[in-house]
This record gives sequence, C-alpha cells and structure tokens, in this order.
Amino acid sequence: MRLRYLTLVAVVFFSAFPLYYSVVVASRHNSALAQVPPPLLPGGNFFANVSRVFDTVPFALALLNSVLVAGSISVAVMFLSTLAGFAFAKLRFRGRNALLLVTVATMTVPAQLGIIPLYLLMVKLEWTGTMYALVVPALVNAFGVFFMTQFLSRALPGELLEAGRVDGCTTWGLFWHVVLPVARPAAAVLGMLTFMSAWNDYFWPLVVLTPDNPTVQVALSTLASGYVNDYVLGLAGTAVGTLPLVLVFALFGRQIIGGIMQGAVKG
Amino acid sequence: MSSLPLAVARRRHRRGVRHTLDVRVSPYAYVAPFLLLFCAFGLFPLAYTAWVSLHDWTLLSDEHAFVGAANYATLLADGYFWNAVFNTLSIGVLSTAPQLVLAIWLAHLLNRPLRFQTLFRVSLLLPNVTSVVAVVVIFSQLFGRDFGLINWVLSWFGAGAVDWAAGTATSHVALSTMIMWRWTGYNALIFLAAMQAVPRELYEAATLDGASGFTQLRRITLPMIRPTIVFVVVVSTIGAMQIIAEPLLFSASTGAGGVGASGGPDRQYQTLALFVYEQGFTKFDFGYAAAASWLMFVAVVLVAGINYLITRRMRGGLA
Repeated sequence: MRLRYLTLVAVVFFSAFPLYYSVVVASRHNSALAQVPPPLLPGGNFFANVSRVFDTVPFALALLNSVLVAGSISVAVMFLSTLAGFAFAKLRFRGRNALLLVTVATMTVPAQLGIIPLYLLMVKLEWTGTMYALVVPALVNAFGVFFMTQFLSRALPGELLEAGRVDGCTTWGLFWHVVLPVARPAAAVLGMLTFMSAWNDYFWPLVVLTPDNPTVQVALSTLASGYVNDYVLGLAGTAVGTLPLVLVFALFGRQIIGGIMQGAVKG
Repeated sequence: MSSLPLAVARRRHRRGVRHTLDVRVSPYAYVAPFLLLFCAFGLFPLAYTAWVSLHDWTLLSDEHAFVGAANYATLLADGYFWNAVFNTLSIGVLSTAPQLVLAIWLAHLLNRPLRFQTLFRVSLLLPNVTSVVAVVVIFSQLFGRDFGLINWVLSWFGAGAVDWAAGTATSHVALSTMIMWRWTGYNALIFLAAMQAVPRELYEAATLDGASGFTQLRRITLPMIRPTIVFVVVVSTIGAMQIIAEPLLFSASTGAGGVGASGGPDRQYQTLALFVYEQGFTKFDFGYAAAASWLMFVAVVLVAGINYLITRRMRGGLA
C-alpha cells in the first residue's frame, strides 16, 4: 500500500516537474543557466522575459489568433457533431450504417497522408497565411461525430423523442428542444477536448501560416528555432502559451478525464 | 391515454406530405455538413495524393508531366528514405513499448480505492495538455549538453556530458522520452477505464484463493482488458509511425539553427513524416513527397496490422 502511494507520488513529480522547471528557467536570466548546480527555484525575471517574448514575435496577435481559431472550431465541432450524431444515433435513413462505418474507418487513416493536396487546395483557394486554412477543414471531424453518436444512442431515450413527435415537433424541433439539452454535458466535454487539440495543433499551422501572422504554437516554434539558443526566451513564451490551457484543465480536469475514459471504453 | 394513437394519426394526416418529407429527407440534411466537409478536406486530399504521386509535380513549373511509378522507384533506391524508415521504427519501438507497459502498471495501481484519486488522474493527464512545441522546448533544455538538468543528474553517477542530440541512439532516447512523457498518462487512463469494467467478484475470488496482486494483474486483468490493449496498441502504432513535430523542433531548438527538416546534421533522427515534409515543403517536390506519403501509409498499415495480430494472439501469461 505504501509502495503504491510512493510510486504515484513519483508519477505526480515526473509529470509536474518539467513544467515547473520550465517556469524556473523562464523566470531567470540566461547567465543563471550556466551555474552548477543549476537553479531549482524561480527567479525574479519572469515578466521581463515575457515582455521580451512580445518584442521578438507578434505574440499578442498569436494569442488572439489561437483564441479565435480554437474557439470557433470548438463551437462548430460541438454543434455539427451533435447534429450528425443525432441523425446517426436516432433517425432512420437509407445508407446510415454504411456512412457510420466509413466515418469510423477514416479515424484510423493517418492525417498526414493528405497534407500535400490539402496544401495545394489551400493555395488554390488563396487561404494560405490566413486562419481560414485552419478553421474550415476542422469545422467537424469523424471523432466528434462518433463521440456524439455513441453518447446519444445511450443517453437519449427513444420515448422522449416519441413524446416530442406526439406534441407535434418537427425533426428540427426535436433536435432543438429535446436533443440539445440531453447532449449538453457530452458536447461540453467534446468542446474542451477540441479546444485543447486545436490550441496545441502545430504541424498544419506551421505548413500553411507565415511567421508574421502565427498561432501561439507557430510563434513558439519561431522563438525556439533562432540561431542563438535562447532557452529563457523560448520557455517564457511556452509558459504564457501553455498557461491558459493548464488553467482550463485545472478547472475542468475531472470532466475532461471522464470524457476521455468514457470514449475509451466504447472504442 | 388510450386516445393518444388516434391523436397522432390525425395530426400526421393533417401535416401529410410535409411530415413525410421531414422524416425521410431531413436526416440527410443533418449529416450533410459533416459529409461535405469530410469529402472536401478528408477524402479528396487522400485520393489526390495518389494522383500527384504519379507526376513530376514541383512548385516551379505549371506543367505536371505524368511519370507513372518513377517517383516510387526513385524512393525505393533513396538511402535517405530508408534511413527515415529505420529511424521511425527505432523511435517507435523505444517510445511505445515501455510506455504501454508503464501505462498498464500505473492503471493497475490506480484501480483500487485510493485517496487523492482525482489528483493522481489530473497529474497523469497534465503532460498531455502541454503542447508538442512546449514539450520539445522544455525537454531540449533538460537534455542540453552543457547545462541540462539530465546531464547534471547523470554526473552524480560519474557520467560525462552526453551530447544527446548528436548521436543516433542518444537522440532516439531523448525523443522517445518526450513522446513517453506526453502519452503514458493518457494511455494509463484508457487502461484504467477498461479495468474498472472488470467484475469485482473475480478479484475477490482470487484474493480468497491467495493470489498476489501481480498474479491478479496477469491472470485476470490483462485477459479481461485485451480488446482495449489491442485498441491502444494499434492507435499508438499509427501515432508512432507519424511522429514529426518532435524531431522537427528538436533540431531547431538544440542549436542546429534554422529549419530542422533534415532531422539533425546527419539525419540521425529524421522520421518518415519529416522526410515527407522535407521533400514537400522545403524542396517543394510535391510529386516525390506524395509518393513518400503513400509508402508511409503502406508502412503504417503493415506495422499496425502486424501489431494487431501479435497483441490479439498474446495470451495473458505472456505479458
């Protein structure tokens, strides 16, 4: 029993320490890093370093872009996944099972397979360098549809829908008055998961965006890939870029974990 | 209540055609946004990759000459391509195998009544909330040759300063550590979810029979959660075969400077996905990159398939 707690405490330590140490470095001066032993406590330079981040890259713009991109993607994914999930879970129409199967199958296809044509498509649409290139392809995805289909087929009683029909609801009325209230907790979890992955998305934004109109992750990689190794600068940016997400996670961690574990059992 | 069906019938009749239309057609309208977006940005690029890969397709010319399988033939003779295949497999094994064993063990530890359960779970997922960029920046510092914390700790045991990014083996270990740090907790939670669905009585009976915790893990838990193990192994394999952000950023943030598409000065940690990126987005040879994408896809399917078969056949006692 004691061994179990010791192991788990070690896990907490290894999970949290790199994040803690990044704050330590971010709050120091570059010269402090060369000390032996290395500094293990935060220093007083954090805000000076952060303002240096804002001077080096367009970080305010990056934060704004990331909030807008991740926010609009999350709202769209929540809404469109619930819409499609409702149809897949509770409505009867020709081709439903085949379409659902295709949806699940595509979740296993590596996303990077299509990256070259997707880029060429963005060039054609003249969306490279703009946030459209990030938002439009991500408005809905197979995982979200599958997630909501699973949830609604379990949590939405058929009787509730029949009662709605009896009261004269159209299908749209059913969706609006019956399905949405039931779907809300799962949609919220889906929204948070989507927000986190959109906020953290790096590779596709790196491909289609330019350093002068970046998202947070692209700006961070610009900071980190200078010719001179400025760890303090890179980690100060990392701290500011990661903090909002860690806060969201600290507040809603329990629900997010519940969502991941629920999705997993079904998968 | 007995008049209800009658009322339904009357209403339905009144609304007639419009109602039929609503029931028959509207489901398609609900799945349409998903299907349209999916076809445009999911399916079409996949098919188009195959088309592009059969052409001599660069950014410089508007003419795209059809070359058949020439891109594929060049690839199979390209030493850099095979180097990338090797690196992908090496980093994939180094990061995935220990990670899954550790994840199962952690899930096993958490699968009991415990105090601070939420604290443990939240800290397990904390690394997964951190972005790839942040992870690589943080770990590049920790793995630094001169002032990195890891070399400092190793020096207590008399080790000299390791230049982690320089060697093939050391850079693979460093990259695998980053991947493990980010994904072990996530997978542990998925295993934990599966373990909680195993009936308690099995453990109670085993405890009465005097079976130790480890025996229970081997004889009860592992066989019962095998479908989840298969699922996680396949998903992790697919993920491991596509690793790109870590090596791309690693070379950028360890002082190699500039673009990191080559995966280190000697390509010692260039993965397949990074090879595709280098061909496509630094050399703008789209035809060649598209062909490489398809071969990567074949590799993913092969390796994931093999792992699927292995895990499915594995008996509880083997693990």
